Amino acid sequence: MSRAAILSAILNNQPQTTTLPEDLQFDSPAKSVVTDKFVQMINFIGGRVVIIHKVEDINLYALEHYPPGARLLSPMQALDFYTPFTGEEDPHEFVNAELAVFETHFAVAENGAVWVTEDKMGARVLPFITQHLGMLVREENIVATMHDAYSVIGNADYGFGTFIAGPSKTADIEQSLVLGAHGARSMTIFLLKSEI
Amino acid sequence: MRDRMSTTSGIKHAELSDIFNKDEERVNWHDDTLWWIRAKRDKAAHGISEWELLRETASQIKNNVLSNLHDYLIEFESKAQANGIIVHWAANAEEHNKIVLSLLKGKGINQMVKSKSMLTEECHLNEYLERNGIDVIDSDLGERIVQLAKEPPSHIVLPCIHKKKEEIGQLFHEHLGTAEGVSDPQVLTETARIHLRETFLTRRSALTGVNFAIAETGEFVVCTNEGNADMGAHLADIHIASMGIEKLLPKKKHLSVFLRLLTRSATGQPITTYSSHFKKPRKGQEMHIVLVDNGRSVQLGRESFRNSLKCIRCGACMNTCPVYRRSGGHSYHNAIAGPIGAILAPNLDMKEYADLPFASTLCGSCTNVCPVKIDIHDQLYKWRQVIVKEGHSPAAKTIAMKVMDFTLSSPTRFKLAGKIGRWTLKNAPFTVNNQLNLWFKNREMPTPPKESFSEWFKKNNK
Repeated sequence: MSRAAILSAILNNQPQTTTLPEDLQFDSPAKSVVTDKFVQMINFIGGRVVIIHKVEDINLYALEHYPPGARLLSPMQALDFYTPFTGEEDPHEFVNAELAVFETHFAVAENGAVWVTEDKMGARVLPFITQHLGMLVREENIVATMHDAYSVIGNADYGFGTFIAGPSKTADIEQSLVLGAHGARSMTIFLLKSEI
Repeated sequence: MRDRMSTTSGIKHAELSDIFNKDEERVNWHDDTLWWIRAKRDKAAHGISEWELLRETASQIKNNVLSNLHDYLIEFESKAQANGIIVHWAANAEEHNKIVLSLLKGKGINQMVKSKSMLTEECHLNEYLERNGIDVIDSDLGERIVQLAKEPPSHIVLPCIHKKKEEIGQLFHEHLGTAEGVSDPQVLTETARIHLRETFLTRRSALTGVNFAIAETGEFVVCTNEGNADMGAHLADIHIASMGIEKLLPKKKHLSVFLRLLTRSATGQPITTYSSHFKKPRKGQEMHIVLVDNGRSVQLGRESFRNSLKCIRCGACMNTCPVYRRSGGHSYHNAIAGPIGAILAPNLDMKEYADLPFASTLCGSCTNVCPVKIDIHDQLYKWRQVIVKEGHSPAAKTIAMKVMDFTLSSPTRFKLAGKIGRWTLKNAPFTVNNQLNLWFKNREMPTPPKESFSEWFKKNNK
């Protein structure tokens, strides 16, 4: 039907084949440079960085910043507010999530983005519906560029994955930047420093 | 129902920009705002020493895509289906709209939340769905604003760049209950957050666009700053993704090149807040993708114009274009405005859009900023030739060009015309220094020299 007609038209009209270019290669910058750049970018895009020395430090942060009764959620077993997600929950259940904290696969220095996949989210909607977002980044997992990023991702399978760079934002009203559009109002990176 | 300026039949860019230009101060504001975004793009681009290499790489990847589009589409379809995504093919806008409607009706749904998709603007999806009893809410803040104002977006990335915050405040007062006179962007955005959160939570269907689709893995990527695409999709029972067939990339790793280029070119940000990779439907959810042709396979066959299909819809060409900046997106009476709109639209309807390639000074700034190296200004020039040959040039212009050709093709006539011109400017300037002379609208006539160069040369050549 339409499929056949469209494909036939394309086959007729497409030009002579051209080759794909070589992959871009870059030298790897020093670790300290990468970490500094990442921190700089997080601040630039409206997030904040909290340096921690063990994962459990996140519990202290949550206690300090959120009142008792605030709904805190995380798929991370090391945290006090670990949530045993079944994967069968109605996503609407998470509408009143105040803070959600996730473990990231890695972070990208050039743009402050972190990569999270569904298996680390508890529920796909959670990183977006929560009012405030926390992301655990291990320093040794910070890469320099997006090219490195996709190299790390490789052929990994996932149903859903996302790069998140800072809190949600918009500048649609007269180019005035406002943090907190439809996704999280704030983004805190818990940067777990590697042992020297 | 939205009043679509893009179906303003017959009224052309020149007349529409006259309307826009009535308010000079506002035009200056529009111009300055867009140039500021261009400046942010420059800062971001200049901060990457390999920027030109990225552009060249992206350009070559897209060239490869267009030359193997048939096979990549088949590969994408096969991989997507294996992932559990249902794939549909739409030859044109009407078919696309019908598919979307039938998917909704099939589930007894009559309310949908949409995130930004210029393709659905091109297809006039919202109006079609409204006519058929489906309520559609645009969740991108800029799109929601123009939806409330019953206007089409004026820019592909910044839908309400033409609106001042006081006007937006007034719209929100009328439709969303904010107090009169409120125009603080923070307050207005918070209002929209609460209003649209309610929408996300209650809609069982969500429609998104597609920024990039990967042939190798059958996944697609949606980029937003607001998180609205994700809020809609992850709460909906059915997620429909509308995609132009040219939006493919061969391999997942190619995303690194395009995600580095896209947002820096669009707004000067290093990346959008969210770059979501949809591969499989959520458990219990249906995920559909509609592959849309709507003239793209025809454009693919036009040797001079096929490169326009490389476009990744960043809007950089619009931000830099002096004509766009000073005439506004609505002057292009098309879903996609600016330089890229001007080379895409004539393919769809040469008569309706014959004016667009002429809405240009051919300065080439668009070509210079295009992240995928589309030769936009060359295509504008080539379209002019096609349009005139096809007989779509307005009569006045055709006659004027013929008169010019007649005058310039004979040395005698040329000399005479020059003599008459110099005499008139010297002795009867009032005949040309008036509103009948289009040149005189914003410029003074030049001071006539006392003799032409040929006359001087004859005298002085010893």
